[in-house]
Parts: sequence; C-alpha cells; structure tokens
Amino acid sequence: MSCSVKAQDSKLSELNRFMDALKGASRSESNLIAILHKVQELYGYLDRDAMDEVAATMNIPTAHIWGVATFYHYFKLKKPGKHVIAICLGTACYIKGAGEILEKLKEELKTDIGGMTSDGLFSLEEARCLGACGLAPVMMIDGKIYGSLTPKKVSEILQGYRKRSSGE
Amino acid sequence: MAKKIKIYIDNRPYEVEDGQTIMQAADKLGYHIPRLCYHPKLSIEGACRVCIVQVEGMKNYVASCAYPVADGMKILTHTKELRTARRDIVELILDNHPEDCHTCERDGICELQRLAYAMGLRHRHFEGERKCYAKDLSSESVIRDPNKCILCGRCVRICSEIQKVNNLGYAYRGFKTVVIPAYDMPFSESVCTACGQCINVCPTAAFVEKNHTQELFEKLQDDNFVKVVQFAPSVRAAIGEAFGFEPGVSKEKETVAALRRLGFDYVFDTQFCADLTIMEEASEFLERLKGKGKLPMITSCSSAWMKCMEQFYPDLIGNISTCKSPMSMMGALLKTYFADKIKTEPKKILSVAVMCCTAKKYEASRPELRINGMPAVDIVVTTRELAWMIKSGGVDFINIKGEDFDKPLGLSSGGGAIFGATGGVMEAAIRTAYELYTGEPLMEIEINELRGLKGIKEGLISLDGAQVRVAVAHGLGNANALLEIVRKDPGRYHFIEIMGCPGGCIGGGGQPYAGLNSIPLDEDTLKKRAQALYDIDRHKTIRRAHNNPDIRRLYREFLGKPLGEKSHELLHTHYKAKFPRGIIPQELTTR
Amino acid sequence: MIAPLDILKKKRSEALDRIHSKEYLSIKRVHVGMATCEIAAGSKEVMDVFLQAVKSGLTDVCVSQKGCAGRCNFEPTVEVMEDGKIPVKYCKVTPEMAKQIIERHLKKGEVIRDWADSGKVKQPEKEKFEEGHLCSHFQRVFGDVDFFSRQMRIVLRNCGIIDPESIDDYLSARGYEALAKVLTEMTPVQVIDALKKSGLRGRGGAGFPTGVKWELTARENSEEKFVICNADEGDPGAFMDRSTIEGDPHTVIEGILIGGYAIGANKGIIYIRAEYPLAVKRLEKAIIDAGSQGFLGENILGSNFSFNIEIRLGAGAFVCGEETALIHSIEGHRGMPRPRPPFPSVRGLFDKPTLINNVETWANIPVVIIHGAEWFSSIGTQKSKGTKVFALAGKITNTGLVEVPMGTTLREIVYDIGAGIPGNKKFKAIQTGGPSGGCLSEEYLDTPIDYDSLAKAGSIMGSGGMIIIDEDSCMVNVARFFLEFTQNESCGKCAPCREGTKRMLEILTRITEGKGEEGDIEKLERLGTMIKKASLCGLGQSAPNPVLSTIKNFRIEYEEHIRDKKCRAHFCPSLLEYTIIDKCVGCGLCRKACPAGAITGALKSRHEIDKQKCIKCGACYKVCKFSAISRV
Repeated sequence: MSCSVKAQDSKLSELNRFMDALKGASRSESNLIAILHKVQELYGYLDRDAMDEVAATMNIPTAHIWGVATFYHYFKLKKPGKHVIAICLGTACYIKGAGEILEKLKEELKTDIGGMTSDGLFSLEEARCLGACGLAPVMMIDGKIYGSLTPKKVSEILQGYRKRSSGE
Repeated sequence: MAKKIKIYIDNRPYEVEDGQTIMQAADKLGYHIPRLCYHPKLSIEGACRVCIVQVEGMKNYVASCAYPVADGMKILTHTKELRTARRDIVELILDNHPEDCHTCERDGICELQRLAYAMGLRHRHFEGERKCYAKDLSSESVIRDPNKCILCGRCVRICSEIQKVNNLGYAYRGFKTVVIPAYDMPFSESVCTACGQCINVCPTAAFVEKNHTQELFEKLQDDNFVKVVQFAPSVRAAIGEAFGFEPGVSKEKETVAALRRLGFDYVFDTQFCADLTIMEEASEFLERLKGKGKLPMITSCSSAWMKCMEQFYPDLIGNISTCKSPMSMMGALLKTYFADKIKTEPKKILSVAVMCCTAKKYEASRPELRINGMPAVDIVVTTRELAWMIKSGGVDFINIKGEDFDKPLGLSSGGGAIFGATGGVMEAAIRTAYELYTGEPLMEIEINELRGLKGIKEGLISLDGAQVRVAVAHGLGNANALLEIVRKDPGRYHFIEIMGCPGGCIGGGGQPYAGLNSIPLDEDTLKKRAQALYDIDRHKTIRRAHNNPDIRRLYREFLGKPLGEKSHELLHTHYKAKFPRGIIPQELTTR
Repeated sequence: MIAPLDILKKKRSEALDRIHSKEYLSIKRVHVGMATCEIAAGSKEVMDVFLQAVKSGLTDVCVSQKGCAGRCNFEPTVEVMEDGKIPVKYCKVTPEMAKQIIERHLKKGEVIRDWADSGKVKQPEKEKFEEGHLCSHFQRVFGDVDFFSRQMRIVLRNCGIIDPESIDDYLSARGYEALAKVLTEMTPVQVIDALKKSGLRGRGGAGFPTGVKWELTARENSEEKFVICNADEGDPGAFMDRSTIEGDPHTVIEGILIGGYAIGANKGIIYIRAEYPLAVKRLEKAIIDAGSQGFLGENILGSNFSFNIEIRLGAGAFVCGEETALIHSIEGHRGMPRPRPPFPSVRGLFDKPTLINNVETWANIPVVIIHGAEWFSSIGTQKSKGTKVFALAGKITNTGLVEVPMGTTLREIVYDIGAGIPGNKKFKAIQTGGPSGGCLSEEYLDTPIDYDSLAKAGSIMGSGGMIIIDEDSCMVNVARFFLEFTQNESCGKCAPCREGTKRMLEILTRITEGKGEEGDIEKLERLGTMIKKASLCGLGQSAPNPVLSTIKNFRIEYEEHIRDKKCRAHFCPSLLEYTIIDKCVGCGLCRKACPAGAITGALKSRHEIDKQKCIKCGACYKVCKFSAISRV
C-alpha cells in the first residue's frame, strides 16, 4: 500500500516512466531537478500531486522537493496562462527601456509579474537575459522572441494573440 | 594522535592539534569566538558569519567554524575591523527580526539577544523592510513564528540530520527564504513528529511550544476542580537549570513543593506509572516471547516516536507494544481509580502533566486515549513552562524546602526513575521481566551496555538459558537506522526500546534552554541529567517495578493482573497508519 | 595497435569525403546563421527561403546552417562563399532580401554590395594565423570586416563558420585532433604541464590558473573523479557561452575529454541553463555524434581512456555559477554554496574530487594542445595569456561578441571594434564583469584588459559581460540595477549577503527617489566593504562591486542625488522637474497627455505645469512637438 496517487492519467504515467528510467542508477535522487523539469514540461507547472509522486518514487523528502522547487526561478508553482509572456529585464534591455515595456504589459494585461490575466490567456513573467541583446528590448511569448519593442508594438502583438484565440 | 602544529591567535603562539577548525582550537585555548549557526552535533553551515576571523594572507574573513587550522597560521579574532563587521552582521540580523524582546517568550534566554548585547549594539544604522509572515499555530505542540527566524538553519539540520524526519526545509530564496514544511503546509498537516528538537536548538523564539501556562493558571484558580498533577522523571533532572543550578542536580522534592505552592491538590509521580508500564510491558513481552504476538516488540512510551512510527513505519504497527505511555496511564487512573478513591466525579478532576516533552501535548489530544469521553490528561506543560510558572507564580524555587509526593500514586521504584534516560525503559523492563520469567531476582541490575549516548546500543540477556537480544535507539535518526536493520532482518532482536529525542526524555523538546556560553543538547549536560536519574535509582531501596508496594496494591484493589481486562481497557491502546500529505510510503525510508 | 592520431586522421578523411559528396557540384555555399539570437531576428524564415529555392531546383548551391559569429546588430546574417573569392556577408537579411540574393547573386553572380558587409573595409593589416592553424579559417571568412579584423578568434574560432550540428564539419576543422594527440603522445602529467606553461587562467571570472586547478585534482587519489563544465551563464547581458555552445559544441566536449584524461576522470557533466534550449539540443546531438564516432564511451580512439558526458539542466539561479552551489544543484539540492575548504578538487561532486571549468576555458583547451603552450603564452600580457571573449552591449554602435587578445585596451574595444557610442552621445562608463563587476569611468579607458589591471581599476574581468553606458544613464541607477539583480539572486544562506544587500538596495532606491540622506554614501561603503569580506561565497563577495565602484568613480552623481536632488542623466523620474518655456505655442497636446491634470492653459497661449500635481511621468515631454518643455 502507499499513499501515492495511482498513476491514472497519462501525464502521471509518463512521469513515472521517466522516473523509472532514472531510479535504478546510483545517486538517482540527484536527478531531482531533471525530474521537476519533466513535471513542468508535462503539467506546465509543478503540480503537487506530481511532486508527491516524485517524493514517493524517488525516495526524496517532500520538504526537500519543495525547497528545490521554490529555489529555482524556472519552476512555476502556479498553473500558468495559455500564453506565457516573459519580459527580459537583463541589462541591455533595461538600458534600452525594458521598464517602459513592462509598464505597458502590466497595463494591458492588468496583472503584475507572476500574475495571470483574468481570462487565463496570458501570464506574465520576468526573464533574465534571453541572449538577444542586439534586439533589446525583447520579450518572449511561448518561446518566440519579439525584439526592438515599443509600447505600441506590445499592444499590437498582444492583440494578435487575442484575435487568434477568439478565432479558435 | 593528530600532528601538533603551531598557530598564532592574536599574536600569541600556541601549539594545537592539526585537523581541527579554528573555532575548535580557539575554544580549547580559552577563547570564545562569537557564533550563532554553529552547533557541534550538526553539520557545519557557515551561514551566519558571526564567527568570522582574520587569517593572515586571506583577502576575506573566514568563518572559524569551518576553516581548518594550518601550521604557522596567524589568526586575529578581535581587531577593530572585525568587531565592526561582526557588530554590523548581528545588526543586520536584528534589523530583520521583530523588536519585541520585552514581550517575547525567550526574553532573557535568547541567544540572539545575548549576542547583540555582547557585540555592543547600541544604535541601529540599517533598518528597513522586515519580513512579515503569519505565525503557524496549527500544531498541538510546536508553534512556528517565521518572523523571529534568523535562518541559522539549526532546526533544519536537526530535523534532517539527527531526527531524519525531514519535516523542515528551506523554501524560497534570498531575503524571502523561510523555514517551513513542504508545500508551506501548516504543522498540523505536516510530517512533524512534535519532538520539539527544533525548539531546543532554535537560538530565538522562532520555534516554541504551544503554551498552556495561562490556561493552567486560570484553572488552578477554579474551585470546581480537584487539581492533580504528575511530572516526568526527566523534569526533576533538568528543571534546576532554569534557576541557575548546575545540570544533573535532581530537584524532585523541590518541584513537588513548588507545584503545591502553585495550587495543586495532589502531586503524583509519573514514575509510579512508569513502574506500571513496566509491569504491563514486561508481561506483554513475555507473552510475545511465548509466541503470542509479533517480535521484536518495540516500546511505545515516546509520543514523538509514536507519531513517527504511524507515518513512516506503519508496517511495524504489529510490533509496537500496546502499552500507553506512563503519562496516559496516569491520566487514565486519575479519572477512574483515583476519582473513586477520593469520591469525586471524574470530570471534576483536572489532570495535569508536566513533561520534558512537547509531543506529550500532541499525545494528550489523541482521541483514542480518552477515558469515558474525557481526556486522560487535560493540560500538558513542559519543564520550561513549569519553570516559568514557578517564577511567575511567586514561588522561591531556589530556597524552597522539598516535600514528598502524595499517595497512592506517588511511590516509585528506581526502575521508574531511569525511564528518562535512553536505555532506561529497557533496563527497567529487564529487571522485571527476568524475575517474572525466571522467578528469581536479577542480581546485576545496572546494565551498562544500555547506558550512555551511543546511537544504537545492543544487549544480550539470558532468561533461563533463552537468549534475548535487545536493542536501544535514541533520536529518530538512530531509530531509523535501527529499524532499517529490523526490516531487513526481523529476527535479529526480540525487544527494542526507542526514544524520540537524543539522550531519551532528558533531551526532550520541552527541557530548559541552554545557559550562557553553552549549547542546547550539549552532550555533557545530557550525561549529567542522566546521571541524576541513575543516582535516584541507586539511592532507592526498591529498584524493581514489581517490588513497588503501591503498584501491587493497585493491581490488588483495581486492575487485577497485568494484561487483565481492566488493564486492557485503561492501560493499552492501538495505532493506525497516518499519511499526511506528501509522506513517503512505508516501503521507503527517509533520507 | 593503431595510434589514436591515425584513427582520427582516417575519421577526418571520411568526414571530408562525406562533405564533398554532399556538396558535389556545388560551386556556391550559403551559410545562414541559426543561433538563438539569429533565429530571434528572423533567420529561420530566411533559411526557409533558401531551402525552398534548393528544393525547387536551384542548383550549384549548398545551403547550411552556422552558429553566431557575433554580429548581433546585423542579424540575421547570411554568407555566400565561393572558392577563391572573399565570402560575401549579407546582413539584416529578410526573406524578401533572401529571394533577391538568390535571384541576383546565386543565379546571376551579382554581389549586392549595399546589403553586404564585406569588401567595404580594408584588408586585415597582417595575417595573424598561418594556413592550417585552427584559428585561420575564421580569419579567411571574416578577416575583411573591421569588427572582426581587430579581434582574435581562438575560443570562437569555429563559431559562424561550421555547421554546429555536423560532427563532420568539426572534424574537417581539425576537430578532435587535440584529443587524439594527447591520447597518442602525451601523458596526463604532460598535458597538465602544457596547461601550466600556457598560462591559461579560468575564464569564469576569478582567473585561477587552469593548469594548477587540474594538477590539484589530478593529485587526489580517488576511484572516481568528475569533470564539470559550468555552462550556467547567468550574468545579465552575457551570452558568450551560449554562442560558443550553439556555434561549436564539439570544441567544449573535446576540451572536457582532455581534462578528464589529464585528471583521471571518466565522467563529465555539463551543467547548462535550462533557458538555453537550442544550446542544450546541440550539445545533446554533439554528444550522441561524438559517441557514435568513438570520441566518447569505452576505449576512446582505441586507447585505454574511457569517458562519458551527461547534461544536467540548471533551473534559473545565478548563484549556481559558484562552484559549490553548482555542485549542490547537480546533486539535486538547492543551489546554496558551502564554505571552502574543502575545495572541489578535494571534495566536490558526490564528495569526489572534481574539476570545474567554464565553457570558455574548455573551448581554449584543444587550441592550447594543438598549437602548444609556447604559442598560446605568446598572446596576451605577462600574467594574462590568450584571449577573452566579451559580450559587448549597451549604448554602443556594434553590439556583439568580441574576442580580443589580453592586453587590448578598453578604448580599442569601445571605439575600434564597437565603433563608438551611437547618436552623438557622450561615453560615460564601461561596466565589466556583470553584477559582480564594476563601472569604470573615461579615465580608465586605456586600461589593458587583463585580470590584474581590471581588478586594480576597481572592476573585474568577470565572465565577459561588457556594457557601455552613455550620458543618458544615471550611475546610481546602474548600481541599483545590478544590486537589485544580485539581491534577487542571493541564495539567502549567509546573513551579510541576504540581509546586507537588501539594506544596500533600500538605500540606493531611496537615493534615486530623492530621499537620500547625508551619510547614505558612508553607509553603503561600510555595508559594501563588510559584505565583500564576510560573505560566504563569490556572489556576496562581489555583490557590492557595482555600488562601490560607482561611488569611487562617480561619487559626484551620488552627491548630486542626495544633496541637490538632481539626476544629471535625467533618468531618475522623481528628481526631474518639468517646466514649460517660452517656445510653447499653446497647442494643448501636453495638457491632453498629462495623466495628472497638472497642465493648464488656454489654446494658443503658453501653458503651465502645476508642480504640486505633476507626477513626473514625462508624458508632456514626449508629446511636445516644439521642445517647449524643459526637463532638469
């Protein structure tokens, strides 16, 4: 018997397959960060039931997992919006006016960094340097980089996503 | 024998052993470099940076708790620059800590306060935003106040390294770092075993026991109740420390007298019920030895261990003795046998227990231990809380004349006294089991293999030629190691004693805080407390539980015989598996 | 037994055969930049145009991808190569331009000069590398571009030249020859000796001599040892490591292999940021390819040396650049550092002796081995040998990756390579070393780039971030920006860093908001000095640098903020004062734009700003078409 949630849904079984491949090896618990990446890839964030499953399968105390999950910026503890906007606040972008872009985003989305729009369409995050400093200021939406931003351009880009979403 | 090397501290040459840290070397030479996160029993954190020193040739300061000495090393411990840096570090810590010393439970016994005093902090330079979190009041035993936490990490380390419960961890990072259970869960829903060791090692009041003193003061004024109190063996071995007495001085009779001054009508001894526990447990063991029940039998008197077992070792439930703890046995007797004796309605009895333990507060709230719908123990206070009540209640503990326990639940054997030290339950049980089994008294009753602070102790007892293998573990981390052996080799032992706290109950989570320049859970202090109990044992004429005349009378008048019907109803209990969120299932161990 | 070098030579000729058969009959080769930065600039669409053209019958042309050569402000870039001709380097190529390039250049042989960066500048003054030198290829392709001709590409020698996803390309550029060489003719001690003689120092920032580090790890007796490549490039504004891996992943792998051989390790780990998916993908492919060619695995190239490499992803924590924090992260813990000693060379990953170097250091290794310590140590200054890669960004005309010999002055980078400050603005400061580094004023522009000179000037070499700051930036605010970063990245373990950086940030914020007090500068200095000396790890020990160096070099700006409540760069909004001057024609635009309703005035008459109501947002300043609003 165990308290772990039965691996019913496909995400959980995929997670278990991923862990099973790592489990036998020595120092398998050192793969925790890779496993949490997998959880986030599957769920979009660090789902607690999934973390419980990791604790049980990999034999890692939950407090330890929670400590790791909350330590690294990359891990999301809340379910994100459909589109994730990451505004780069690296040096080059900052110097080139990322602050203004951020203000515009906050105004358009009516949410702050770490938040999600009320319709769940966007969530807003800050990013460290995205490595596209030549295009500063930049933001990334779902992995696609938008560069040389101006507040006006931001509105247009968001509008594009909104249209596509309502068209679906 | 380590190599001798030469070092210079503040320009004075010293010959010291190689292979130690600067702090260790300096400690032996009469220096006391200020420190905060350091604890000799825990891993080196090097986090607070209070113990910094200057080493010639090093650009930056080094943490003396972590940095090894080397031949020819020139160390400076209190230059002007260092004093300023240390002072500023302590101020920075203080600047993010509530300014409520006067209303804080640890006012006057706070390590941070002492340190700030020693650093000569007279002004604030760097005040700014302070952390602001809610207190976690959910637990029956342990209260967490993150605002007072200075992130020294001693609690995290004791919870993971010594207790191996891994309830506490760091979460988030930087200025927002907190020490908290998984998923930011409240303590009541976490895997906390309520052992209270986090309280013991905390330098501030970030962890304290759930305080019941005000409630108790009020109840003591209520004439509708007959006020009855019991206190545990280890309370008497440590309470003196809260009043400036050396560790290891028993204050049994003074505590009895003080409790009467506070308004208790009857003062009984938990040691009486320790004797009773031995009668039941020794009998239960002999039954199991005859094949009625699982072996090894594992003791059940430590409440933190019981919660730990239900969470992490539910597969061993069948091995756990069904005996209640001495405290709960006493509670059960108070609301039945004793109520009858004094011809009082059981619900009019206020049953109070003074314990060295925080987990006993949790135990007292367990529903299955209730007697006819009433809690067996109404209020549990710790040694620390009692010490404060004595001070607050205007009792002169230092000069008070000792008094004796009340009858009929106040007389105990030496076996009951040593319950408080690791190995004591086993030793007392063997004294009785031997005689019950063989019909002859055990002559060598001081069993040295089972004494002392070794993590896991083993012994071999011959019962009429039958070899009984016993083992003792103290601290949940050692318990973990021992039980892993048992899981792999269930036939290895017949009888196991487990105590949740390092050193046994004498190192309980409710014991007095450490004094000046000393450290909580100091091994020397633990040894002295244990010695106080062994001395009590040695000075008793009755040293075997079954020889306690009041125990005999109790069986004669009320209980019948050990493991009898009445015993089963009042003195035995049951356990069930518990799975707080995120618990690791039984087949796996904690790390 | 066949010597590893001979096996390598055979593999190389096989690779060349494969390349030639692929390019069979191709007269022109088209290289399209496909690094993260290029893709962000739109190179994928450009690539599609070329591929489509080939698919629909364009002959004589072979299209391949390449990494980023480092011309950030000219991306996407496309090179058209023809034997015997100087490669034509097209910049800022759009899909439309790509179609034109196909029509006019590829089909008709017309070089579109207006779009090309080549041929505009003079030929390189002198050839730096003889034919066949590992670094000569880059020079052949890009040597005619001013931006590159003053650089020296050792680490980035293959970036923007080869297809990073093709091991054949790497082999053709003498790839894995250094590995074969050490396996054939060098003992581990000889490798370490060569490293020591070369004078190579760690490129991660601290500049510890690499050979010594190797020796210390080699000296430990242990069944198991580890080699780690630190690719957790965390400085904001730095992307040297990403470009290196995306452009030439095999170089890093080869360097790690040589390190493993030298110290007696069999296992390598590359710890890389999860934010670099393309770099991770290329590394994964490179590891697989290297494995299938026998450069990884058991008995590499027929020798007794066996080695495997694993990739571990970071998860976003700047502090994991610190080696003990990085080790904890690989072990699956929070990336919190621990006190040293013991050093990782004695007790590192899983408590085993561990050698950690960063990407740039590893990428140097094959070149040092092939061309020798003597050659390597001939480049650079007395105490700093070789080259250093910088990510040049900020207020500078040419942004991008710059690799220069040690000893090059900051001025050469800013004005010769970077082509100065755009928009007729005045240079104010140069920031090196990212959040751990410092800001140097104009008087330091002639400082030669080496570990010691930069440290002496009050900054650090760091891992290679280089930000140019012009007169429009407020130095207090720059310091605040960097400190905000480190404060946010502090792991929270040690008190000086956790609490101290927070207090410093509060003071700085107060100053930029016009609430600075006398004594604030002294408080910053007192805290900063203490934090530097008392913190547990490198992050805390360097966090105050941007503040202390700006106080040292730009103290006057701090004083102006505090005493006069003025920001000379007009950057700190709270310190600005807006007034309407005589130029006002009373058009009313500013009145409409003002969100606070602070502007009044009748149409066609001069307007006025109510200073009590003004929230200093600058909206009026931006909309005014007559420069009638003064901002001081």
